[in-house]
Amino acid sequence: MRHSQRALLLFILLCTLFLAACGSTTTSTTSTVTPTPSPSPNTLNVFAAASLTGSFTAIAAKYQQAHPNVVIKLNFAGSQILEQQIANGAAADVFASADLANMTKVSDAGLVGVSQVFAKNRLTVITPASNPGHINTLHDLANKGVKVDIAAPTVPAGKYSLQVLAKMALSPQYGPAYVKAVKANFVSLETDVKAVVTKVQLGEVDAGYVYVTDAAAAKDKVTMIPIPDIYNVIAQYPIAVTKGSTHASDAQAFMQYIFSKDGQDVLQQYGFIAINP
Amino acid sequence: MSNIWSRWPARIVVGILAGSFFLFIGVPLVALLLREPPALLWATMQQPEVRQALELSFLTTSISTFLTVLFGLPVAFVLARMQFRGRSLLETLVTLPIVFPPVVAGVALLLTFGRFGLVGRYLLPLGITIPFTTLAVIMAQMFVSSPFFINTAKAGLEQLDKRYEQAAYTLRASPFYTFRRVVLPLIRPALLSGIGLAWARALGELGATITFAGSFPGVTQTMPVAVYIAAESDLDTAVALSVVLLAVSFGLLLALRLGRERLVG
Repeated sequence: MRHSQRALLLFILLCTLFLAACGSTTTSTTSTVTPTPSPSPNTLNVFAAASLTGSFTAIAAKYQQAHPNVVIKLNFAGSQILEQQIANGAAADVFASADLANMTKVSDAGLVGVSQVFAKNRLTVITPASNPGHINTLHDLANKGVKVDIAAPTVPAGKYSLQVLAKMALSPQYGPAYVKAVKANFVSLETDVKAVVTKVQLGEVDAGYVYVTDAAAAKDKVTMIPIPDIYNVIAQYPIAVTKGSTHASDAQAFMQYIFSKDGQDVLQQYGFIAINP
Repeated sequence: MSNIWSRWPARIVVGILAGSFFLFIGVPLVALLLREPPALLWATMQQPEVRQALELSFLTTSISTFLTVLFGLPVAFVLARMQFRGRSLLETLVTLPIVFPPVVAGVALLLTFGRFGLVGRYLLPLGITIPFTTLAVIMAQMFVSSPFFINTAKAGLEQLDKRYEQAAYTLRASPFYTFRRVVLPLIRPALLSGIGLAWARALGELGATITFAGSFPGVTQTMPVAVYIAAESDLDTAVALSVVLLAVSFGLLLALRLGRERLVG
Protein backbone atom coordinates (compact mmCIF):
# COMPACT_ATOMS: atom_id res chain seq x y z
CA MET A 1 0.00 0.00 0.00
CA ARG A 2 2.64 2.45 1.06
CA HIS A 3 4.84 1.36 -1.83
CA SER A 4 2.11 1.87 -4.38
CA GLN A 5 1.45 5.39 -3.08
CA ARG A 6 5.09 6.30 -3.31
CA ALA A 7 5.28 4.81 -6.79
CA LEU A 8 2.28 6.84 -7.88
CA LEU A 9 3.78 10.06 -6.60
CA LEU A 10 7.09 9.37 -8.30
CA PHE A 11 5.20 8.55 -11.48
CA ILE A 12 3.46 11.94 -11.38
CA LEU A 13 6.80 13.62 -10.79
CA LEU A 14 8.34 11.84 -13.77
CA CYS A 15 5.36 12.73 -15.95
CA THR A 16 5.78 16.40 -15.06
CA LEU A 17 9.46 16.34 -15.93
CA PHE A 18 8.73 14.45 -19.14
CA LEU A 19 6.12 17.00 -20.21
CA ALA A 20 8.49 19.82 -19.43
CA ALA A 21 11.15 18.16 -21.57
CA CYS A 22 8.65 17.57 -24.37
CA GLY A 23 7.67 21.23 -24.36
CA SER A 24 11.21 22.39 -24.92
CA THR A 25 12.01 19.84 -27.65
CA THR A 26 8.91 20.60 -29.72
CA THR A 27 9.62 24.30 -29.81
CA SER A 28 13.20 23.70 -30.95
CA THR A 29 12.17 21.23 -33.66
CA THR A 30 9.49 23.46 -35.17
CA SER A 31 11.92 26.32 -35.56
CA THR A 32 14.36 24.12 -37.49
CA VAL A 33 11.72 22.39 -39.62
CA THR A 34 9.67 25.30 -40.95
CA PRO A 35 12.13 26.82 -43.46
CA THR A 36 12.59 23.52 -45.37
CA PRO A 37 10.14 23.14 -48.27
CA SER A 38 7.51 20.42 -47.89
CA PRO A 39 5.13 18.78 -50.36
CA SER A 40 2.12 19.62 -48.14
CA PRO A 41 0.25 22.85 -49.01
CA ASN A 42 1.79 26.10 -47.83
CA THR A 43 -0.22 27.92 -45.19
CA LEU A 44 -0.51 31.67 -45.58
CA ASN A 45 -1.52 33.55 -42.44
CA VAL A 46 -3.38 36.65 -43.58
CA PHE A 47 -4.06 39.24 -40.87
CA ALA A 48 -6.86 41.50 -42.08
CA ALA A 49 -8.87 44.37 -40.56
CA ALA A 50 -12.33 43.48 -39.22
CA SER A 51 -14.01 45.53 -41.96
CA LEU A 52 -12.45 43.18 -44.57
CA THR A 53 -14.16 40.08 -43.10
CA GLY A 54 -16.66 39.50 -45.91
CA SER A 55 -14.52 40.51 -48.87
CA PHE A 56 -11.32 38.72 -47.81
CA THR A 57 -13.20 35.51 -47.00
CA ALA A 58 -14.59 35.56 -50.55
CA ILE A 59 -11.23 36.45 -52.11
CA ALA A 60 -9.41 33.73 -50.15
CA ALA A 61 -11.96 31.10 -51.25
CA LYS A 62 -11.50 32.10 -54.92
CA TYR A 63 -7.74 32.16 -54.61
CA GLN A 64 -7.53 28.74 -52.99
CA GLN A 65 -9.62 27.25 -55.79
CA ALA A 66 -7.12 28.53 -58.33
CA HIS A 67 -4.07 27.64 -56.18
CA PRO A 68 -4.61 24.25 -54.51
CA ASN A 69 -1.06 24.30 -53.09
CA VAL A 70 -1.91 27.24 -50.83
CA VAL A 71 -4.09 27.22 -47.71
CA ILE A 72 -5.12 30.68 -46.51
CA LYS A 73 -5.78 31.20 -42.83
CA LEU A 74 -7.56 34.47 -42.13
CA ASN A 75 -7.27 36.32 -38.85
CA PHE A 76 -9.73 39.22 -38.55
CA ALA A 77 -9.56 41.83 -35.79
CA GLY A 78 -9.30 45.59 -35.35
CA SER A 79 -6.22 46.87 -37.21
CA GLN A 80 -4.72 48.11 -33.95
CA ILE A 81 -5.02 44.62 -32.41
CA LEU A 82 -3.42 43.00 -35.48
CA GLU A 83 -0.64 45.58 -35.33
CA GLN A 84 0.08 44.57 -31.73
CA GLN A 85 -0.06 40.87 -32.55
CA ILE A 86 2.50 41.32 -35.34
CA ALA A 87 4.68 43.58 -33.15
CA ASN A 88 4.66 40.84 -30.50
CA GLY A 89 5.83 38.15 -32.90
CA ALA A 90 2.64 36.60 -34.32
CA ALA A 91 3.35 34.46 -37.41
CA ALA A 92 1.69 36.63 -40.07
CA ASP A 93 2.54 36.47 -43.78
CA VAL A 94 0.30 39.28 -45.02
CA PHE A 95 -1.08 42.29 -43.14
CA ALA A 96 -4.04 44.27 -44.49
CA SER A 97 -4.86 47.30 -42.33
CA ALA A 98 -7.91 49.57 -42.30
CA ASP A 99 -5.75 52.65 -41.90
CA LEU A 100 -2.31 53.94 -42.79
CA ALA A 101 -1.40 54.64 -39.14
CA ASN A 102 -1.21 50.99 -38.07
CA MET A 103 0.66 50.01 -41.23
CA THR A 104 3.15 52.80 -40.56
CA LYS A 105 3.69 51.44 -37.04
CA VAL A 106 4.70 47.94 -38.21
CA SER A 107 6.61 49.41 -41.14
CA ASP A 108 8.62 51.72 -38.83
CA ALA A 109 9.37 48.69 -36.65
CA GLY A 110 10.85 46.98 -39.72
CA LEU A 111 8.32 44.16 -39.63
CA VAL A 112 6.82 44.51 -43.14
CA GLY A 113 8.03 45.20 -46.67
CA VAL A 114 6.68 47.92 -48.95
CA SER A 115 2.95 48.56 -48.44
CA GLN A 116 0.43 49.61 -51.07
CA VAL A 117 -3.14 50.90 -50.85
CA PHE A 118 -5.46 48.27 -52.36
CA ALA A 119 -8.93 49.64 -51.55
CA LYS A 120 -10.73 52.66 -50.18
CA ASN A 121 -13.73 52.96 -47.95
CA ARG A 122 -15.86 55.83 -46.71
CA LEU A 123 -18.30 56.50 -43.94
CA THR A 124 -22.06 56.60 -43.89
CA VAL A 125 -24.78 57.04 -41.29
CA ILE A 126 -27.12 54.10 -40.87
CA THR A 127 -30.47 53.79 -39.10
CA PRO A 128 -32.47 50.67 -38.22
CA ALA A 129 -34.85 49.72 -41.07
CA SER A 130 -37.77 50.52 -38.73
CA ASN A 131 -36.23 53.96 -38.11
CA PRO A 132 -37.47 54.44 -34.53
CA GLY A 133 -35.74 57.83 -34.18
CA HIS A 134 -37.31 59.24 -37.40
CA ILE A 135 -33.90 60.04 -38.87
CA ASN A 136 -34.27 61.02 -42.53
CA THR A 137 -31.44 63.49 -43.03
CA LEU A 138 -28.11 64.15 -41.37
CA HIS A 139 -29.75 67.20 -39.74
CA ASP A 140 -32.06 64.89 -37.75
CA LEU A 141 -29.05 63.48 -35.86
CA ALA A 142 -28.99 66.72 -33.87
CA ASN A 143 -32.59 66.33 -32.67
CA LYS A 144 -32.97 66.14 -28.92
CA GLY A 145 -33.19 62.61 -27.48
CA VAL A 146 -31.86 60.82 -30.56
CA LYS A 147 -29.49 57.97 -29.68
CA VAL A 148 -26.34 58.01 -31.81
CA ASP A 149 -23.67 55.30 -31.68
CA ILE A 150 -20.07 55.72 -32.80
CA ALA A 151 -16.80 53.76 -32.57
CA ALA A 152 -14.31 54.93 -29.93
CA PRO A 153 -11.79 57.58 -31.08
CA THR A 154 -8.99 55.00 -30.69
CA VAL A 155 -10.56 52.82 -33.40
CA PRO A 156 -9.96 53.99 -37.02
CA ALA A 157 -13.73 54.13 -37.73
CA GLY A 158 -14.25 56.33 -34.67
CA LYS A 159 -11.36 58.59 -35.61
CA TYR A 160 -12.79 59.06 -39.12
CA SER A 161 -16.30 59.72 -37.75
CA LEU A 162 -14.95 62.54 -35.61
CA GLN A 163 -13.07 63.91 -38.64
CA VAL A 164 -16.35 63.98 -40.57
CA LEU A 165 -17.98 65.92 -37.73
CA ALA A 166 -15.01 68.30 -37.58
CA LYS A 167 -15.46 69.07 -41.29
CA MET A 168 -19.19 69.61 -40.77
CA ALA A 169 -18.49 72.01 -37.92
CA LEU A 170 -16.57 74.23 -40.34
CA SER A 171 -19.33 74.27 -42.95
CA PRO A 172 -22.03 76.97 -43.06
CA GLN A 173 -24.73 74.33 -43.68
CA TYR A 174 -24.15 72.50 -40.38
CA GLY A 175 -21.79 74.50 -38.14
CA PRO A 176 -20.44 73.96 -34.62
CA ALA A 177 -23.88 74.03 -32.91
CA TYR A 178 -25.00 71.06 -35.02
CA VAL A 179 -21.87 69.06 -34.18
CA LYS A 180 -22.24 69.89 -30.49
CA ALA A 181 -25.84 68.64 -30.52
CA VAL A 182 -24.88 65.43 -32.34
CA LYS A 183 -22.06 64.75 -29.89
CA ALA A 184 -24.47 65.25 -26.98
CA ASN A 185 -26.54 62.43 -28.49
CA PHE A 186 -23.69 59.89 -28.38
CA VAL A 187 -24.77 57.04 -26.11
CA SER A 188 -21.67 54.89 -26.45
CA LEU A 189 -18.15 54.77 -27.84
CA GLU A 190 -17.89 51.23 -29.17
CA THR A 191 -14.76 49.10 -29.22
CA ASP A 192 -15.13 48.33 -32.93
CA VAL A 193 -17.28 49.37 -35.86
CA LYS A 194 -19.12 46.02 -35.98
CA ALA A 195 -20.49 46.72 -32.47
CA VAL A 196 -22.07 49.92 -33.87
CA VAL A 197 -23.69 47.89 -36.67
CA THR A 198 -25.01 45.34 -34.13
CA LYS A 199 -26.64 48.01 -32.00
CA VAL A 200 -28.24 49.68 -35.01
CA GLN A 201 -29.49 46.31 -36.30
CA LEU A 202 -31.05 45.51 -32.91
CA GLY A 203 -32.71 48.93 -32.92
CA GLU A 204 -31.10 49.91 -29.62
CA VAL A 205 -29.78 53.14 -31.13
CA ASP A 206 -31.40 55.45 -33.67
CA ALA A 207 -28.32 55.92 -35.84
CA GLY A 208 -24.65 55.08 -36.08
CA TYR A 209 -21.53 56.04 -38.03
CA VAL A 210 -20.10 53.05 -39.93
CA TYR A 211 -18.24 52.21 -43.14
CA VAL A 212 -20.24 51.95 -46.36
CA THR A 213 -19.05 48.32 -46.52
CA ASP A 214 -20.69 47.53 -43.17
CA ALA A 215 -23.92 49.12 -44.34
CA ALA A 216 -23.75 47.04 -47.56
CA ALA A 217 -23.29 43.83 -45.52
CA ALA A 218 -26.37 44.58 -43.40
CA LYS A 219 -28.49 46.22 -46.10
CA ASP A 220 -31.70 44.29 -45.25
CA LYS A 221 -31.74 45.55 -41.70
CA VAL A 222 -30.41 49.09 -41.97
CA THR A 223 -31.05 52.19 -44.05
CA MET A 224 -28.15 54.30 -45.30
CA ILE A 225 -28.04 58.08 -45.06
CA PRO A 226 -25.04 59.00 -47.23
CA ILE A 227 -22.48 61.52 -46.03
CA PRO A 228 -21.64 63.92 -48.91
CA ASP A 229 -18.09 63.63 -50.28
CA ILE A 230 -17.13 67.12 -49.12
CA TYR A 231 -17.50 66.05 -45.49
CA ASN A 232 -16.61 62.40 -45.91
CA VAL A 233 -13.28 60.85 -45.02
CA ILE A 234 -11.79 58.33 -47.40
CA ALA A 235 -10.24 55.45 -45.47
CA GLN A 236 -7.24 53.92 -47.23
CA TYR A 237 -6.52 50.20 -46.83
CA PRO A 238 -2.83 49.32 -47.24
CA ILE A 239 -1.47 45.77 -47.57
CA ALA A 240 2.05 44.40 -47.14
CA VAL A 241 3.98 41.14 -46.88
CA THR A 242 5.71 40.70 -43.52
CA LYS A 243 9.49 40.45 -43.35
CA GLY A 244 9.16 37.32 -41.18
CA SER A 245 7.01 35.50 -43.75
CA THR A 246 8.14 31.90 -44.33
CA HIS A 247 6.30 31.80 -47.68
CA ALA A 248 7.18 35.22 -49.06
CA SER A 249 6.66 34.34 -52.73
CA ASP A 250 3.20 32.86 -52.06
CA ALA A 251 2.36 35.88 -49.94
CA GLN A 252 3.48 38.20 -52.75
CA ALA A 253 1.35 36.26 -55.27
CA PHE A 254 -1.72 36.54 -53.01
CA MET A 255 -1.11 40.27 -52.64
CA GLN A 256 -0.91 40.65 -56.45
CA TYR A 257 -4.21 38.77 -56.76
CA ILE A 258 -5.87 41.38 -54.57
CA PHE A 259 -4.73 44.09 -56.98
CA SER A 260 -5.91 42.04 -60.01
CA LYS A 261 -9.30 42.64 -61.64
CA ASP A 262 -10.76 39.54 -59.92
CA GLY A 263 -9.69 40.73 -56.49
CA GLN A 264 -10.83 44.31 -57.06
CA ASP A 265 -14.22 43.11 -58.38
CA VAL A 266 -14.87 41.22 -55.14
CA LEU A 267 -13.87 44.25 -53.08
CA GLN A 268 -16.29 46.40 -55.09
CA GLN A 269 -19.10 43.91 -54.54
CA TYR A 270 -18.59 44.44 -50.82
CA GLY A 271 -18.90 48.20 -51.13
CA PHE A 272 -15.23 49.22 -51.31
CA ILE A 273 -13.95 51.82 -53.74
CA ALA A 274 -11.60 49.95 -56.08
CA ILE A 275 -8.12 51.23 -56.91
CA ASN A 276 -7.61 52.15 -60.56
CA PRO A 277 -4.21 50.93 -61.62
CA MET B 1 -3.33 11.18 6.15
CA SER B 2 -0.62 12.38 8.52
CA ASN B 3 1.22 9.19 7.70
CA ILE B 4 1.64 10.00 4.03
CA TRP B 5 2.24 13.69 4.71
CA SER B 6 5.29 12.93 6.91
CA ARG B 7 7.05 11.21 4.01
CA TRP B 8 9.42 13.25 1.90
CA PRO B 9 8.25 12.24 -1.63
CA ALA B 10 4.77 13.50 -0.86
CA ARG B 11 6.10 16.80 0.40
CA ILE B 12 8.31 17.25 -2.64
CA VAL B 13 5.59 16.42 -5.16
CA VAL B 14 3.01 18.63 -3.47
CA GLY B 15 5.62 21.36 -3.19
CA ILE B 16 6.53 21.17 -6.88
CA LEU B 17 2.92 21.05 -8.09
CA ALA B 18 1.73 23.86 -5.82
CA GLY B 19 4.87 25.93 -6.39
CA SER B 20 4.66 25.73 -10.17
CA PHE B 21 1.02 26.77 -9.99
CA PHE B 22 1.82 29.83 -7.89
CA LEU B 23 4.43 30.73 -10.50
CA PHE B 24 1.93 30.14 -13.31
CA ILE B 25 -0.43 32.70 -11.78
CA GLY B 26 2.18 34.99 -10.24
CA VAL B 27 4.71 35.46 -13.04
CA PRO B 28 2.22 37.00 -15.55
CA LEU B 29 1.22 39.49 -12.84
CA VAL B 30 4.87 40.36 -12.22
CA ALA B 31 5.37 40.67 -15.99
CA LEU B 32 2.61 43.32 -16.07
CA LEU B 33 4.18 45.17 -13.14
CA LEU B 34 7.66 45.11 -14.64
CA ARG B 35 6.57 46.39 -18.04
CA GLU B 36 5.71 49.90 -16.90
CA PRO B 37 7.84 52.25 -14.82
CA PRO B 38 6.19 53.27 -11.51
CA ALA B 39 6.13 56.90 -12.65
CA LEU B 40 3.79 55.99 -15.52
CA LEU B 41 1.55 54.02 -13.15
CA TRP B 42 1.33 57.03 -10.87
CA ALA B 43 0.62 59.38 -13.78
CA THR B 44 -2.07 57.03 -15.05
CA MET B 45 -3.80 56.96 -11.70
CA GLN B 46 -3.89 60.76 -11.62
CA GLN B 47 -5.77 61.03 -14.92
CA PRO B 48 -9.35 62.20 -14.37
CA GLU B 49 -10.78 59.63 -16.85
CA VAL B 50 -9.07 56.80 -14.95
CA ARG B 51 -10.42 58.06 -11.64
CA GLN B 52 -13.85 58.31 -13.22
CA ALA B 53 -13.69 54.72 -14.52
CA LEU B 54 -12.39 53.47 -11.18
CA GLU B 55 -15.14 55.26 -9.27
CA LEU B 56 -17.79 53.93 -11.64
CA SER B 57 -16.42 50.40 -11.28
CA PHE B 58 -16.42 50.70 -7.51
CA LEU B 59 -19.97 52.10 -7.39
CA THR B 60 -21.51 49.61 -9.84
CA THR B 61 -19.83 46.53 -8.37
CA SER B 62 -20.86 47.54 -4.84
CA ILE B 63 -24.49 47.89 -5.90
CA SER B 64 -24.50 44.75 -8.04
CA THR B 65 -22.94 42.67 -5.24
CA PHE B 66 -25.48 44.03 -2.75
CA LEU B 67 -28.35 43.17 -5.10
CA THR B 68 -26.84 39.74 -5.78
CA VAL B 69 -26.87 39.02 -2.04
CA LEU B 70 -30.38 40.42 -1.64
CA PHE B 71 -31.87 38.24 -4.38
CA GLY B 72 -29.34 35.41 -4.29
CA LEU B 73 -29.64 34.48 -0.61
CA PRO B 74 -33.35 33.48 -0.90
CA VAL B 75 -32.47 31.57 -4.09
CA ALA B 76 -29.67 29.70 -2.29
CA PHE B 77 -32.02 28.98 0.62
CA VAL B 78 -34.78 27.62 -1.60
CA LEU B 79 -32.35 25.44 -3.54
CA ALA B 80 -30.55 24.14 -0.43
CA ARG B 81 -33.49 23.53 1.85
CA MET B 82 -36.60 22.82 -0.16
CA GLN B 83 -37.48 19.67 -2.03
CA PHE B 84 -39.65 20.15 -5.10
CA ARG B 85 -39.91 18.99 -8.68
CA GLY B 86 -37.63 20.80 -11.08
CA ARG B 87 -35.13 21.79 -8.39
CA SER B 88 -32.14 20.44 -10.32
CA LEU B 89 -33.40 22.30 -13.38
CA LEU B 90 -33.39 25.58 -11.43
CA GLU B 91 -29.97 24.74 -9.94
CA THR B 92 -28.57 24.31 -13.44
CA LEU B 93 -30.29 27.51 -14.60
CA VAL B 94 -28.69 29.72 -11.93
CA THR B 95 -25.24 28.27 -12.70
CA LEU B 96 -25.58 28.74 -16.45
CA PRO B 97 -24.34 32.37 -16.61
CA ILE B 98 -20.84 31.06 -15.77
CA VAL B 99 -20.80 29.17 -19.07
CA PHE B 100 -22.31 31.97 -21.18
CA PRO B 101 -19.72 33.77 -23.26
CA PRO B 102 -20.16 37.27 -21.74
CA VAL B 103 -20.92 38.88 -25.12
CA VAL B 104 -23.77 36.40 -25.59
CA ALA B 105 -25.01 37.29 -22.11
CA GLY B 106 -25.01 40.92 -23.24
CA VAL B 107 -26.98 40.14 -26.39
CA ALA B 108 -29.46 38.09 -24.33
CA LEU B 109 -29.94 41.05 -22.00
CA LEU B 110 -30.45 43.38 -25.00
CA LEU B 111 -33.03 41.01 -26.47
CA THR B 112 -34.83 41.08 -23.11
CA PHE B 113 -34.44 44.62 -21.79
CA GLY B 114 -33.60 46.48 -25.00
CA ARG B 115 -36.04 48.88 -26.62
CA PHE B 116 -37.52 46.08 -28.73
CA GLY B 117 -36.78 43.32 -26.21
CA LEU B 118 -39.30 40.92 -24.69
CA VAL B 119 -39.59 43.02 -21.54
CA GLY B 120 -38.10 46.31 -22.76
CA ARG B 121 -40.90 46.99 -25.27
CA TYR B 122 -43.36 47.28 -22.39
CA LEU B 123 -41.03 49.56 -20.43
CA LEU B 124 -40.56 51.94 -23.38
CA PRO B 125 -44.08 53.49 -23.19
CA LEU B 126 -43.39 54.15 -19.50
CA GLY B 127 -40.36 56.15 -20.54
CA ILE B 128 -37.89 53.58 -19.22
CA THR B 129 -34.94 52.56 -21.40
CA ILE B 130 -32.24 50.46 -19.79
CA PRO B 131 -29.40 50.01 -22.36
CA PHE B 132 -26.57 52.58 -22.20
CA THR B 133 -27.36 53.46 -18.57
CA THR B 134 -25.44 52.76 -15.37
CA LEU B 135 -28.32 50.46 -14.41
CA ALA B 136 -27.47 48.32 -17.45
CA VAL B 137 -23.88 48.00 -16.18
CA ILE B 138 -25.17 46.81 -12.80
CA MET B 139 -27.55 44.32 -14.43
CA ALA B 140 -24.79 42.91 -16.67
CA GLN B 141 -22.55 42.49 -13.63
CA MET B 142 -25.31 40.77 -11.64
CA PHE B 143 -26.10 38.44 -14.52
CA VAL B 144 -22.56 37.10 -14.82
CA SER B 145 -21.48 37.21 -11.17
CA SER B 146 -24.53 35.91 -9.25
CA PRO B 147 -23.77 32.17 -9.77
CA PHE B 148 -20.55 32.58 -7.80
CA PHE B 149 -22.43 33.88 -4.77
CA ILE B 150 -25.45 31.59 -5.03
CA ASN B 151 -23.43 28.40 -5.36
CA THR B 152 -21.11 29.25 -2.47
CA ALA B 153 -24.02 30.28 -0.20
CA LYS B 154 -25.94 27.12 -1.17
CA ALA B 155 -22.93 24.92 -0.32
CA GLY B 156 -22.66 26.67 3.07
CA LEU B 157 -26.35 26.05 3.79
CA GLU B 158 -26.15 22.41 2.71
CA GLN B 159 -23.23 21.74 5.03
CA LEU B 160 -24.93 23.37 8.00
CA ASP B 161 -26.21 20.89 10.58
CA LYS B 162 -29.99 21.25 10.67
CA ARG B 163 -30.07 20.41 14.39
CA TYR B 164 -29.00 23.98 15.24
CA GLU B 165 -32.14 25.31 13.64
CA GLN B 166 -34.28 22.59 15.19
CA ALA B 167 -32.86 23.49 18.59
CA ALA B 168 -33.85 27.11 17.99
CA TYR B 169 -37.35 26.08 16.97
CA THR B 170 -37.78 24.01 20.17
CA LEU B 171 -37.04 27.22 22.02
CA ARG B 172 -39.91 28.83 20.09
CA ALA B 173 -37.79 31.02 17.89
CA SER B 174 -39.59 32.22 14.74
CA PRO B 175 -38.21 31.05 11.35
CA PHE B 176 -37.05 34.58 10.55
CA TYR B 177 -35.36 35.00 13.94
CA THR B 178 -33.71 31.58 13.55
CA PHE B 179 -32.43 32.47 10.10
CA ARG B 180 -31.07 35.83 11.23
CA ARG B 181 -29.58 34.81 14.57
CA VAL B 182 -28.63 31.16 14.03
CA VAL B 183 -28.24 30.30 10.33
CA LEU B 184 -26.66 33.51 9.04
CA PRO B 185 -23.86 33.69 11.65
CA LEU B 186 -23.04 30.02 11.07
CA ILE B 187 -22.74 30.33 7.30
CA ARG B 188 -21.02 33.74 7.42
CA PRO B 189 -17.66 32.40 6.15
CA ALA B 190 -19.36 30.87 3.11
CA LEU B 191 -21.30 34.10 2.50
CA LEU B 192 -18.17 36.23 2.72
CA SER B 193 -16.26 34.05 0.30
CA GLY B 194 -19.27 34.05 -2.05
CA ILE B 195 -19.46 37.84 -1.84
CA GLY B 196 -15.73 38.05 -2.59
CA LEU B 197 -16.02 35.81 -5.65
CA ALA B 198 -19.11 37.54 -7.04
CA TRP B 199 -17.65 40.97 -6.43
CA ALA B 200 -14.37 40.04 -8.12
CA ARG B 201 -16.18 38.62 -11.14
CA ALA B 202 -18.31 41.77 -11.40
CA LEU B 203 -15.23 43.98 -11.22
CA GLY B 204 -13.57 42.19 -14.13
CA GLU B 205 -16.77 42.13 -16.22
CA LEU B 206 -16.23 43.30 -19.79
CA GLY B 207 -18.12 41.46 -22.56
CA ALA B 208 -21.68 41.70 -21.26
CA THR B 209 -21.15 45.32 -20.18
CA ILE B 210 -19.83 46.43 -23.58
CA THR B 211 -22.70 44.72 -25.39
CA PHE B 212 -25.59 45.63 -23.11
CA ALA B 213 -24.47 48.93 -21.61
CA GLY B 214 -21.99 50.21 -24.19
CA SER B 215 -19.08 52.39 -23.24
CA PHE B 216 -19.46 56.02 -22.31
CA PRO B 217 -17.06 57.76 -19.90
CA GLY B 218 -18.66 58.38 -16.51
CA VAL B 219 -21.87 56.53 -17.36
CA THR B 220 -21.02 53.02 -18.55
CA GLN B 221 -17.26 52.97 -19.08
CA THR B 222 -15.97 50.79 -16.23
CA MET B 223 -12.30 49.99 -15.65
CA PRO B 224 -12.19 46.80 -17.77
CA VAL B 225 -13.90 48.64 -20.65
CA ALA B 226 -11.43 51.51 -20.33
CA VAL B 227 -8.56 49.00 -20.37
CA TYR B 228 -9.95 47.33 -23.48
CA ILE B 229 -10.39 50.61 -25.34
CA ALA B 230 -6.96 51.87 -24.27
CA ALA B 231 -5.36 48.62 -25.49
CA GLU B 232 -6.57 49.45 -28.98
CA SER B 233 -4.37 52.49 -29.32
CA ASP B 234 -1.78 52.37 -26.59
CA LEU B 235 -0.71 49.18 -24.86
CA ASP B 236 1.29 51.04 -22.19
CA THR B 237 -1.75 52.92 -20.91
CA ALA B 238 -3.77 49.70 -20.99
CA VAL B 239 -1.16 47.86 -18.93
CA ALA B 240 -0.93 50.75 -16.46
CA LEU B 241 -4.72 50.76 -16.11
CA SER B 242 -4.74 47.00 -15.57
CA VAL B 243 -2.13 47.27 -12.85
CA VAL B 244 -4.24 49.90 -11.07
CA LEU B 245 -7.32 47.67 -11.37
CA LEU B 246 -5.40 44.63 -10.13
CA ALA B 247 -3.91 46.50 -7.18
CA VAL B 248 -7.34 47.74 -6.08
CA SER B 249 -8.90 44.27 -6.48
CA PHE B 250 -6.03 42.59 -4.69
CA GLY B 251 -6.37 44.94 -1.74
CA LEU B 252 -10.13 44.46 -1.46
CA LEU B 253 -10.01 40.67 -1.86
CA LEU B 254 -7.25 40.46 0.72
CA ALA B 255 -9.28 42.61 3.13
CA LEU B 256 -12.31 40.33 2.70
CA ARG B 257 -10.15 37.26 3.29
CA LEU B 258 -8.54 38.68 6.41
CA GLY B 259 -11.96 39.69 7.70
CA ARG B 260 -13.17 36.16 7.13
CA GLU B 261 -10.18 34.63 8.89
CA ARG B 262 -10.77 36.82 11.92
CA LEU B 263 -14.38 35.62 12.05
CA VAL B 264 -13.43 31.97 11.73
CA GLY B 265 -10.34 32.06 13.91
